Amino acid sequence: MSSDDVMKGDSSSMNTVVHQSTTHDSAARHATGEAVYVDDIREPVGLLHVCFGASSCAHGRIRQMDLSRVKAFPGVVAVITAQDLPGLNDISPMHTMDEEILCSGEIHFHGQALFAVAADCRDTARRAVQLAEIDVEELPAILDVEEAIRQKSWVAEPHEMKRGNPARAIEQSAYRLQGELQLGGQDHFYLEGQVSMALPQEGGDMLVYSSSQHPSELQHLVAQALGRADHAVTVEVRRMGGAFGGKETQAAQWAVIAALLADRTGRPAKIRLDRDTDMISTGKRHPFRIRYEVGFDEQGRIEGIDLNLAALCGMSADLSAPITDRAMFHSDNAYYLPHVRIRSYRCRTNTVSNTAFRGFGGPQGMMGIERVIDGIAAQLGKDPLAVRRANLYGGEGRNITPYHMKVEDNVLPELMADLAESSAYTHRRKEIAAFNLQSTVIKRGISLTPVKFGISFTTSFLNQAGALVHVYKDGSIHLNHGGTEMGQGLFIKVAQVVADAFGVGLEQIKITATHTGQVPNTSATAASSGSDMNGMAALNAVNKIKKRLVRFTTKKYGVEEEDVQFTQGQVWMGEQSMTFPELIMEAYLERVSLSATGYYRTPKIWYDRETARGRPFLYFAYGAAVTEVEIDTLTGENRIRRVDILHDVGRSLNPAIDRGQIEGGFVQGAGWLTTEELWWDQSGALRTHAPSTYKIPLSGDVPEEFNVAIWEPGVNREPTIHRSKAVGEPPLMLAISVHSAINQAIASLAPGQALPALDAPATPERILMCIQSSGKP
Amino acid sequence: MSSAVRLLLGDRLVEVRDFDPQTTVLDWLRLQAHRTGSKEGCAEGDCGACTVVLGELQDDSIRYRAINACITLLATLDGKQLITVEDLASDDLHPVQQALVDHHGSQCGFCTPGFVMSLFAMAHEDRRIPGESGRAIIDEGLAGNLCRCTGYAPIVRAAQEILAEPVDDRFSRNHQQTVSALRAIERQQGLQLEYQGRRFYSPRSMEDLCRLLADHPDAVLLGGGTDIGLWISKQQRILSTLVYTANVPELHRLEINQEQARLEIGAAVSYSDAMDTLCALYPDFRPLLSRIGAVQVRNAGTIGGNIANGSPIGDMPPPLIVLGSRLVLRSATGRRELDLEDYFIEYGKQDIKAGECVEQVLLPLPEADIQFRVYKLAKRFDQDICAVCAAFALQLDGETVRSIRICYGGMAEVPARARETEGVLLGARWSQETIGQAMAAMAKDFQPLSDWRAGSEYRMLASQNLLQRFFLETTIAEPVQVGRSGLDSVLAVGAAGRS
Ligand SMILES: Cc1cc2nc3c(=O)[nH]c(=O)nc-3n(C[C@H](O)[C@H](O)[C@H](O)COP(=O)(O)OP(=O)(O)OC[C@H]3O[C@@H](n4cnc5c(N)ncnc54)[C@H](O)[C@@H]3O)c2cc1C
Ligand code: FES
Ligand code: FES
Repeated sequence: MSSDDVMKGDSSSMNTVVHQSTTHDSAARHATGEAVYVDDIREPVGLLHVCFGASSCAHGRIRQMDLSRVKAFPGVVAVITAQDLPGLNDISPMHTMDEEILCSGEIHFHGQALFAVAADCRDTARRAVQLAEIDVEELPAILDVEEAIRQKSWVAEPHEMKRGNPARAIEQSAYRLQGELQLGGQDHFYLEGQVSMALPQEGGDMLVYSSSQHPSELQHLVAQALGRADHAVTVEVRRMGGAFGGKETQAAQWAVIAALLADRTGRPAKIRLDRDTDMISTGKRHPFRIRYEVGFDEQGRIEGIDLNLAALCGMSADLSAPITDRAMFHSDNAYYLPHVRIRSYRCRTNTVSNTAFRGFGGPQGMMGIERVIDGIAAQLGKDPLAVRRANLYGGEGRNITPYHMKVEDNVLPELMADLAESSAYTHRRKEIAAFNLQSTVIKRGISLTPVKFGISFTTSFLNQAGALVHVYKDGSIHLNHGGTEMGQGLFIKVAQVVADAFGVGLEQIKITATHTGQVPNTSATAASSGSDMNGMAALNAVNKIKKRLVRFTTKKYGVEEEDVQFTQGQVWMGEQSMTFPELIMEAYLERVSLSATGYYRTPKIWYDRETARGRPFLYFAYGAAVTEVEIDTLTGENRIRRVDILHDVGRSLNPAIDRGQIEGGFVQGAGWLTTEELWWDQSGALRTHAPSTYKIPLSGDVPEEFNVAIWEPGVNREPTIHRSKAVGEPPLMLAISVHSAINQAIASLAPGQALPALDAPATPERILMCIQSSGKP
Repeated sequence: MSSAVRLLLGDRLVEVRDFDPQTTVLDWLRLQAHRTGSKEGCAEGDCGACTVVLGELQDDSIRYRAINACITLLATLDGKQLITVEDLASDDLHPVQQALVDHHGSQCGFCTPGFVMSLFAMAHEDRRIPGESGRAIIDEGLAGNLCRCTGYAPIVRAAQEILAEPVDDRFSRNHQQTVSALRAIERQQGLQLEYQGRRFYSPRSMEDLCRLLADHPDAVLLGGGTDIGLWISKQQRILSTLVYTANVPELHRLEINQEQARLEIGAAVSYSDAMDTLCALYPDFRPLLSRIGAVQVRNAGTIGGNIANGSPIGDMPPPLIVLGSRLVLRSATGRRELDLEDYFIEYGKQDIKAGECVEQVLLPLPEADIQFRVYKLAKRFDQDICAVCAAFALQLDGETVRSIRICYGGMAEVPARARETEGVLLGARWSQETIGQAMAAMAKDFQPLSDWRAGSEYRMLASQNLLQRFFLETTIAEPVQVGRSGLDSVLAVGAAGRS
């Protein structure tokens, strides 16, 4: 089979490895506890445990830092501050040079690392850190978006996308609406906290085991901090205990600190952040304040819209520029906006620097427009679903995004119709209205919301990937690529692709840890791009080897190229066959190279940020969800009663894995919008920094009726790997239906009035206070 | 007194000596025993990644219970069987593990060992599913395990499969040997450990306990350790003398005293142990008890500890207070008894002296016409600390309020009665009009704080509304809470499963 066939979505006729619900490669090891995470690696002799001392104010200047008692504490081996760093004191991922490894004088947020301690045991390091005496001159802090805007405090310049004349369109519309929506942040709450172990090697080299989505960047930042070349540092990542974007840039600082101490002492050094430190000192999803003004017709069709997105970025740029860009790219979600202006403000505040989190700004952008749609429906007294449908992209003249990309692959009209039917949306909406009339305290709401999510890194050069495939003499295969495994099933998906292409069973393939020495210069495993890019890169490597094998076979056996088939562990040459290992041994003896690198760069994409025009995405992933909720109007307590999801993953590489992403993403999104509340006190200290106070969903929060289906007709129009679609991020945004449904339930208390201004997360408190302010029963 | 701890690790007898008595089970497993299957996700009992199972002798059988290794002290495992995820698979995966694999129940896998152990315990506790999906039972059993990846759906599917059949594994087959092995390490006398000036005592009688308290005025009483464990795991506090209450038989009494018309609850009785008895007397306790912590916390945490710690947001004091409970304090010099309500003096200050311990809570048996409810408000339904916990006990003469007690947690610096509110209601007609007046009066009872659990405005409004809810529940038939579906089936099985 040629790679063209693969791109058409056809697998080799008889190979059945792709499109199968194969279990995760580590599933059994997860269940037995044998799967090794960084903290489980058997500790090397002489290991030092590292802990850092953190600032306890949001903004200030260090007058004096007395670490003598720390150093004197029995068991402490080394203490470092900014003054001790051999290389550059910076870990900013985009070279904005605004994020220090250890604070050199000015403190920018509560929880910033000031100094680091290495000790013989973990508890010694933790106790020693508490002995520091630090004298700080406190400075006025910017803690929210309003103040940042007042002071024009940005991490990146404001940015605007505009098409047509929105001001005029709004003014000339028959109907108008304006409002504001506050969205809270979200902690990743990966179950495995940040952890790295650095082992000094000969000649000043450093080997780092880390829980990171971005080994190449980690390698570079460690080298930079040590003042060495990238080649002196090797980073290995076998697996992460969850990441969700939280280990894209946020893993680096700890790896760097461990490496600095390992380098300084010549001993291996490990750092593992306890949960509180992790939550206080690492970035989260960006809170947003969204303002909107919209003009529309009597059908609810948007004619002009002005969106103002202010993001709380924290103390440094980190990835805030591309994240807030992506929020802009998704401010249309699935809807055509004829005249549109989207402005984005990237507020620098004295809080921890916010970062990548599943959806990467997309969820916030979509929340804005979905609120607008619900608002329009309320104002017109229409079913919000009708207004959604009326505004969907579709047809000539209504298929251009605010950034001038043509939407060519929209499946939402069909998909939403299928979902509305399978979930009995209309019927249930009527039932709910009837229920609400007779129920005194409990009110219900239902909402169907779509997702259209652009796939590709919007920073175009990141859309490249590499792989390395070896076939050993016995026919067993070593597979390596630049993608990291964080639970999303990337490793098994790529292995399926490789097994399929070689026509062998999965057991022939050894999945190996991501390793900067095997595949260099990789992009972060992010933007849902993992299997799209690494699958293609691996296939490219396999095809190189296969080509050599085919050439060898045709020469040796005098068959035509087309007659050589790799299937079911056999290599067929016309009527004859031999086993894959037999062929490999023959090829080896004939001195055929059995190893190849593979490479892939995403085609078609480009984007000119200056003019805000281009095709930043190769394609869109689509889905839709219907959620029914009920709320207690006396307390604001609430519950999801039922969820129905239809999601388009193209031709799924692995339906079970994809389904897992859909279910997990939805629940994570529901958490963001309901129970997960980050609460900072007035001094800028985070007070919800552990699971006792920060509440992610539990099993009981997931409804019994949770109908998740992969949309059958789905196939990627673009020639992606086996015509599949990315699935990591998009499903998170299906949970917007939860928030929308809660708002519908509140709205039922005051029919015919403006949509209640429910912010997020919709905790019982926000719900009750929203009921209070928008009309009581 | 002995100086080493003996336990069964899986099937193997292990003796641990010369260790810091503050060592947690999780640190010991991961750092000393090189069993790294159990994970640390929080070190505060909230995520369940460290879940292990304890086997304990109970008459002729073994009771298996999930606990959080991160906040349990190794020293408390003396005489018990400790089962970790490493013990489950032999040549094949354990059925629980196999089901999780088959249903794609792990993604990143970091939570998986914890889920395996919770499900293992459920299977051995015989938490079988009655018909249907038994979803409520599963949710209750898994409320102490966080998973950030899967959205729980596949784990629930695995649980449904496992719990549909009685479990047949090495542990059920080796039952007799394990009983004998545990018998062999049963201790008749107390345990004493000492390491670098840190002491751990596990007395076996009330007298010994009182004497230890008298001899060591600085001693800290250790119940289930669901508070104290965190002082160690999160605050690195050094506790020089710990006195463990769990092996004192008197503190485990849970008996109805018909003469005095009361239930006597020993201070070391865990939530799990008290559950059935309490719910049999007052079924309305059930919705609260099933939401205190989660299974792992309830298996360890004691009612005595919940009271003794003096917390204003403990869930047990409000209901116990409205039901008229009294507290028995004991020391080497004797006993004294007081109204539970009077134990809480102010924030951080309770009516207990050095050398004293809580011995019993005395809960009056229900009077025939009492209407009792307790409501807990939190951001998340399961395993969350309350923003407000409200308890009501009402008796009516016809439509007139004969007696009313209302107590709130989370509204003041201690669990506090709503006296003004009660004043309006007492002797008045139980009507919407009176309730309106009483709700208004509540503003005089409390000036709640704002914190990360809730703002003061919400606390006040919701508290007033909970009185409204109570009124509605006593007067109309329609449901007025969003409570979880299927809780009734849990109730049924909770009672049936143990009979
Ligand atoms: C994850 C988690 C969830 C939780 N959820 C809840 C919840 O929902 N609701 C709630 O109310 N609580 C909750 N808690 C708190 C805790 O479980 C309870 O307060 C528990 O009842 C404490 O009992 P214990 O036996 O574990 O106490 P310990 O930790 O052993 O002791 C607590 C305090 O009481 C003292 N003490 C113990 N026994 C005695 C005695 N006999 N006499 C005198 N003093 C004594 C100790 O010295 C200590 O000061 C939770 C805790 C955790 C870790
Ligand atoms: S580590 Fe989270 S409960 Fe023990
Ligand atoms: S599988 Fe990752 S936390 Fe559960």
